[in-house]
Amino acid sequence: MDVLLDNLDLYGPGFLNTVELFLISAVGSLVLGTILAMLRVAPVPVLRATGAAYVTLIRNTPLTLVFFFFTFAFPLLEIVTPASFGSAAAYYRNAALAALILYTAAFVCEVVRSGINTVPVGQAEASRALGLTFGQMLASVVLPQAGRAVVPPMVSTMIALLKNTTIAAGFSVFQAGSISLNLSDRGENQLIGLLWVALFFVVLVTPLTLLQRSLEKRWSIAR
Amino acid sequence: MSAVLFDVPGPRARIRHRLYAVIGAAAVVGVIGFVVYRFWVTGQFSAEKWSWPQYEYVQLQLLSALGNTLRAFAFGAVFALLFGAIFAAGQLSDHKIIRVPSMLVVELFRAVPLVVLIFMFHYGLSLGAPVYSVVVALTLYNGSVLAEVFRAGVLSLPRGQSEAAYAVGMRKTQVMRLVLLPQAVRAMLPAIISQLVVLLKDSALGFLITYEELLNEAQRIGRSFEFGRPLVPVTIVVAAIYIAMCLLLTWLATYLEKRNRRDKKVIELEKKPAEDVVAAAV
Repeated sequence: MDVLLDNLDLYGPGFLNTVELFLISAVGSLVLGTILAMLRVAPVPVLRATGAAYVTLIRNTPLTLVFFFFTFAFPLLEIVTPASFGSAAAYYRNAALAALILYTAAFVCEVVRSGINTVPVGQAEASRALGLTFGQMLASVVLPQAGRAVVPPMVSTMIALLKNTTIAAGFSVFQAGSISLNLSDRGENQLIGLLWVALFFVVLVTPLTLLQRSLEKRWSIAR
Repeated sequence: MSAVLFDVPGPRARIRHRLYAVIGAAAVVGVIGFVVYRFWVTGQFSAEKWSWPQYEYVQLQLLSALGNTLRAFAFGAVFALLFGAIFAAGQLSDHKIIRVPSMLVVELFRAVPLVVLIFMFHYGLSLGAPVYSVVVALTLYNGSVLAEVFRAGVLSLPRGQSEAAYAVGMRKTQVMRLVLLPQAVRAMLPAIISQLVVLLKDSALGFLITYEELLNEAQRIGRSFEFGRPLVPVTIVVAAIYIAMCLLLTWLATYLEKRNRRDKKVIELEKKPAEDVVAAAV
């Protein structure tokens, strides 16, 4: 308990930063992932191939390597320099966000795509036969059904993203994962400090897991 | 393929699609061209920055780093599969005293980030050489996920399987060991292998505690002034190695799945629970 109470100035901002990283990269990866999924189901082969190539490359690369690239190698290309962010810390933070968004988007894309594929072809054909426009078909026939198949695994992906933000600990971004490293500088017991971090993650993740389970149960329908 | 959303294109749609194709191709070429241009301007193609793969000691170091990555992966995979099988059986136990703790352990290790687990073993418990912390953490996390996968697999089997096994007089352990688990493993093979891909990728986290694996070696080569700090070329090469290894594993999964489909002994599950788990393997 003392480890927590004496170092609230680490735990508070640490978890605040984690949640902030999580929220920004969640929004970013949902947007980018949906765009990629649109590419992957597009009727144009070039676009499909582009989406597929991106997903294959990113999904098989460790997130740590993506972090590594953006933190250490990317500045050497001098497209944006750390100086343009004002401080090194600001650059590292944006590098972490870029890594998290680009990596998670590949998984979001796969979840959305497999969700769309669960909708039987007959549904779209029937709506076309009724004379619905493309937009109407998406809005009132395909997406409502795809959503049931998309949301539960999407929650899992977001849980993974929340946990993945801790990798930033190895790349100079202060958040929950780096609390213990700062604790050791203060000569505190790292194990107890880490147990608190783990506990907070359990507290953050459990409601999401429960939400996912209940959605899965409520939405599983016999087709 | 995309038949769900799009009708067969008519003449006007075909022209429009061709336009999209041109714009899309132009955008892709533009992005790749820009990256190549930046590489060129910042001298990433210079002979000096690509000279490191010629030296034997660099090759040997890279090989030994690859060996370390594979070692963490191999031990982690074997222990995680064991852990998963044991805790899946525990979660399916009839005795509450075994079931509840197993579920708690599985939920706990699934909720805690792998980085925190690795730090806990390395800095908190001082397990010694980094490889131990990496392997133990990989085992606990992936073992817990695999336990869920096995459990889902067993639960998705038709009830007639266990009923028939009980009817011929098998005991509970025999039913699990001889009838349910083997079928569940086969049904869940894609999910299991995609989790092993995750395990292989996560072994790169050893980088954070200076385990001498591929990424660590990449940093060492990339920072050496002797080769003109070839961070970008090294990152590309190491990424290619990781992608190749993961694709090989994925290819193995599809191969096994195809072989399974030909095999009459495998039960066709009505709903494949594997797919959700595969999609969620991040």
